[in-house]
Amino acid sequence: MSLAQALLQGDRRALSRALTWVENAAPEGEELLKALFPHTGKAHLVGITGPPGVGKSTLVNQLARYYRKDHMPPKTVAIVAVDPTSPFTGGALLGDRIRMRDLTGDPGVFIRSMASRGAVGGLAWATGRVAQVLDAAGFDLIFIETVGTGQAEVDIARLAHTVVVVQAPGLGDEVQALKAGILEIADILVVNKADRPGAAEMARTLAQWLPKAEREGEEASSWQPPVLLTTALRGQGIPEVARALEAHRAFLQRTGLWQARERHRLEAEIRERLREALWQTWEAGGGRERLEAMVQAVLQRKMAPQDAVRRLLEASSEQP
Amino acid sequence: MAKRRIRVLIAKPGLDGHDRGAKIVARALRDAGMEVIYTGIRQTPEMIAEAALQEDVDVVGLSILSGAHMTLVPQVLEKLREVGMGHVVVLVGGIIPPDDVPKLLEMGVYRVYGPGTPTSQIVEDIRKAVLHSASSAQPEPVP
Repeated sequence: MSLAQALLQGDRRALSRALTWVENAAPEGEELLKALFPHTGKAHLVGITGPPGVGKSTLVNQLARYYRKDHMPPKTVAIVAVDPTSPFTGGALLGDRIRMRDLTGDPGVFIRSMASRGAVGGLAWATGRVAQVLDAAGFDLIFIETVGTGQAEVDIARLAHTVVVVQAPGLGDEVQALKAGILEIADILVVNKADRPGAAEMARTLAQWLPKAEREGEEASSWQPPVLLTTALRGQGIPEVARALEAHRAFLQRTGLWQARERHRLEAEIRERLREALWQTWEAGGGRERLEAMVQAVLQRKMAPQDAVRRLLEASSEQP
Repeated sequence: MAKRRIRVLIAKPGLDGHDRGAKIVARALRDAGMEVIYTGIRQTPEMIAEAALQEDVDVVGLSILSGAHMTLVPQVLEKLREVGMGHVVVLVGGIIPPDDVPKLLEMGVYRVYGPGTPTSQIVEDIRKAVLHSASSAQPEPVP
């Protein structure tokens, strides 16, 4: 039996091995993704993002628990937790599982940690592909926890159907909420650590300043991101977040935005793959040597980078 | 873009809560360019095996200071085999009486480290072990 078949039949060892192949961009991984592709497109991809230490992992742990134990019927849950890779050593310490120990021993849960491996948008290069594999494996819900983010790591908005931005009191004044970036991608806003002073005020301020910015290319939507208070450590406010997730999913499906986001994501993947393939073809066709010559010319200020590119394009179109 | 990295699970089975040693090793391995999944204290053998499976690690490092290693280690090894992860390199660190070391190695533990082991030694051992198992690895049979 092939690895893809084993995976589709629920073999967890096969799933785990498949994720490694895909994460390492192994040639087998590409074949596998191709075989699995017809089985994708069913899972609800939920991004969980926010600054370090606000309680993202704890919230994911509680949400997964809720969907396994309290939600009727229970949903199967996969979790992809991304932590940063050191830019100096290439190593990483992946610690999100520490907060997810309640989920042990449940075959309806699968947790995978990923190092960002040099990517800077809050995810790893292969996170989207890893999510595809988990989708094919049949998980109903896939939580994707980003690295602790600042204000500009918004790749998750392109990958997830629903983005939950988690904040905690004490991180900044209301001007922070006005800055473009991470708050703008929120479909649901969670103020965690609600037992701390300032949480309710923070939620009020966020709600006030949070008219939804339209994502480019999407019709004006009537979704108003709810601002919810949780104390994830004690499991408080979790059913409300789950209800908001369900409401957002229903909203996306009702308005056709589910399809629109799917389309957007797949088009982006095709573009990325095309770019990669074109570049490889170009390099293999003698582009690398010509590029080196141009770099020298530019380095000596004999040519502007713009002209270098024009010449390179001309040279490759002259190639038979 | 992406390439293969050594993935290591660092876990503390049993009930003692002293994880300073485990954290120091975890950081040293990170600094050596490995991806370290740190699961924290009070892990059961089932939890460790499950995490090793889901994370598809090459190495499992167990830190045991409670003296229960002769009970815990065979349980972890057994659970790892049960989930199809019998091939991973298992390391044990902690307070292990010299008489127990050969017994642990006999069970299938790759190395046992006592207090004061330089972390560079652990890094080197892991690199050697993973390189060796990668070069001799057969494509894994899927049931």
